[in-house]
Amino acid sequence: MVNLKINNIDIQAKENTTILEAARQNHIDIPTLCNYPDLSIKSECRVCVVEINGQKKLHTSCSTVVKDGMVVKTNSPKVLNSRKTIIELILANHDANCTACPKNYNCELQSLANKLGIDKNRFPTVLDIQPIDNENPVLIRNINRCIKCGRCIDMCKNVQSMGVLDVMGRSKDMKITPAYGKFLTDEFCTYCGQCSSVCPVGAIIENDDTDRVWEALNNPSLHVIVQVAPAVRVSLGEELGMEPGSIVTEKVVAALKYLGFDGVFDTDFTADLTIIEEGNELIERITNGGTLPMMTSCCPGWINFAEQKYPEILDNISSCKSPQQMFGALAKSYYPKKMKLKPDDIFVVSIMPCTAKKYEAQRDEMKIDNVHSDVDVVLTTRELGKMIRQMGINFENIEEVPFDKPFGITTGAAAIFGATGGVMEAALRTVYEVVNKEELTDINFTAVRGTEGIKEAEVEIGGQKIKVAVAHTLENAKTLSEQVKNGTSPYTFIEIMTCPGGCIGGGGQPYGTTKAVRDKRIEAIYQVDENMPIRKSHKNPDIIALYDEYLLKPLGKKSHHLLHTHYSSRKK
Amino acid sequence: MKIKEILSKYPKESEYLIEILLEIQSSSKNHYISSEDVEQISKYLDIPESQICSVTSFYTLLSMNPKGRYVIQVCHDVPCFVNDTTSIYEKLVDMLAIEDGETTEDNLFTLEITECLGCCNEAPAMRVNDQVYTSLTPKKVEKIVKDLRGEEK
Ligand code: SF4
Ligand code: SF4
Ligand code: SF4
Ligand code: FES
Ligand code: FES
Repeated sequence: MVNLKINNIDIQAKENTTILEAARQNHIDIPTLCNYPDLSIKSECRVCVVEINGQKKLHTSCSTVVKDGMVVKTNSPKVLNSRKTIIELILANHDANCTACPKNYNCELQSLANKLGIDKNRFPTVLDIQPIDNENPVLIRNINRCIKCGRCIDMCKNVQSMGVLDVMGRSKDMKITPAYGKFLTDEFCTYCGQCSSVCPVGAIIENDDTDRVWEALNNPSLHVIVQVAPAVRVSLGEELGMEPGSIVTEKVVAALKYLGFDGVFDTDFTADLTIIEEGNELIERITNGGTLPMMTSCCPGWINFAEQKYPEILDNISSCKSPQQMFGALAKSYYPKKMKLKPDDIFVVSIMPCTAKKYEAQRDEMKIDNVHSDVDVVLTTRELGKMIRQMGINFENIEEVPFDKPFGITTGAAAIFGATGGVMEAALRTVYEVVNKEELTDINFTAVRGTEGIKEAEVEIGGQKIKVAVAHTLENAKTLSEQVKNGTSPYTFIEIMTCPGGCIGGGGQPYGTTKAVRDKRIEAIYQVDENMPIRKSHKNPDIIALYDEYLLKPLGKKSHHLLHTHYSSRKK
Repeated sequence: MKIKEILSKYPKESEYLIEILLEIQSSSKNHYISSEDVEQISKYLDIPESQICSVTSFYTLLSMNPKGRYVIQVCHDVPCFVNDTTSIYEKLVDMLAIEDGETTEDNLFTLEITECLGCCNEAPAMRVNDQVYTSLTPKKVEKIVKDLRGEEK
């Protein structure tokens, strides 16, 4: 233990803690900007400077380790002055038009300036306006707002192994951009949006599609329906001021009805459907000598990654569409038939924790009539939060309403799709019972739960022991993909999710997502599973009915047309 | 030398990036690193292209734009400056019809202003590719440029 004084308070801290950590553990706030929980220490911005006795220079508290006898001042006039100057200098090179920025009220720079009492800037602006990267359907990069903190670089390079973004040029010409200052494209960016989720300002944000949804809702000739992804029910509350991990499933339904949707459905239903199709595909591959290991296909960030970096293993990826796209396909085929509506009059919106889903929805492979997208618009959790705020809905107190029919019943197996390991566990619950023709004594496959980067398990299926693996983040996906490519993979079935913790940590989730917050969301999603009366996809009576009256059988002709697809190389 | 040959001389470790870039640049006829080079290095060292561009854009010595056959670098540091390097630079501008950072249309010359070349006691100085010329006068410069042009004919 180290003894020190911060702002005249005696403090004990563990060896090797930073001054910043020691202060925060003792409820002393030091402002930071480049620092972000779980990412590496950059000591780039110098906002966190403090005074240490006997030292003339100020030190960055995020990168200075505590020492015995240290006397630290976090708010001396010298410190406050220096912080203020730093923020003023940043603002002088920043497009600080806050009311025209989507991060208004959610911006770390703005709130820092406010905290430090900055209401004018002593320095004249030196901003040299650069073009905005807005030519893709997913993310907008406005480098005129970039404060060069480096968080996105760290996320993209070290967590996602992509390295799309880096520092270009130096001193006053320094910019954070892709190689050659290019704009983001589907040739080299997976659209996972993780960069956008850590950017402290409005320099990388999702392409806002809320206007298109308002327009559809106000068009009386359209029948506008919406699906809600598993992970959204444990995060939308947080976006609207509730505690992380609040379970708000039926509040989401109520709010969407209030916004005017004609039908509010659960992506969990098509997650159950995915399990039936994908489970059967796995059984078929095992019994008929198909390509193994089979890899999951529900994460579009991973699909982009595989198409860009590992085209050699595309045959290993399940041909099943993602739950979002299975819903879209049914919404434009089965649903209008059942409801006696014209497919062209149906407008399908998705609420997703994900930015990559925006890209997936507009892929050519995802149009059952080859003309119109099956899913018309994808909104992130954050965008739905915005619409709810615009409508002035008191979300926390809204009266809960269940999802609509005909996709009314869902299972716990579908809910856990939102967490890393969830698709694997859901699939094992079904594959085990279908093949072994016996009921599972314990349906909780805890070996595939948790936030370990790569998890493994062994299961007995049809008298044969098979190995399975689960990975989240693209860095870990890379490790497993290399094995598959080299023919050294010991696994039969692999689940891959792009985002840390799975979709509950998706690129479109509320800002401020950290490991601690992800853990709470994961806990909540397993709670949702526990609370469900049915917890295995193949026991869902609405799924059974859908096969009876429409799809006929898993992997059948109709399924192939509506629910399966293929992917192709984009490697240059 | 072909890029593949250059790469094969180095271990596949990113700490050799700068050496690799320097060698590729100096073996290139137009003294630059092309985007194909970047792609090859990225594959060889298994690092993202953005990281390579980040390095090339940091060091002024590294260029991603093709330069002329002869890169003329005129020293502009104080000792040369007081010895009237300006007249040297102006003579070059006059003869080549280009300014700092530009390349002639026939891709023969690139003109650059640079920092101390290490021959201050014989200022003013300039460098053409690897060859340093000292104690310059506008007349000397005229001859050098003419010779270089002649060499090409
Ligand atoms: S979306 Fe993902 S892959 Fe693309 S730049 Fe951002 S972090 Fe990198
Ligand atoms: S884009 Fe955002 S996260 Fe990236 S360096 Fe700029 S301010 Fe930081
Ligand atoms: S893990 Fe989930 S949120 Fe992240 S890219 Fe994949 S599908 Fe989207
Ligand atoms: S937070 Fe410490 S230097 Fe940026
Ligand atoms: S100042 Fe010109 S060579 Fe040193």
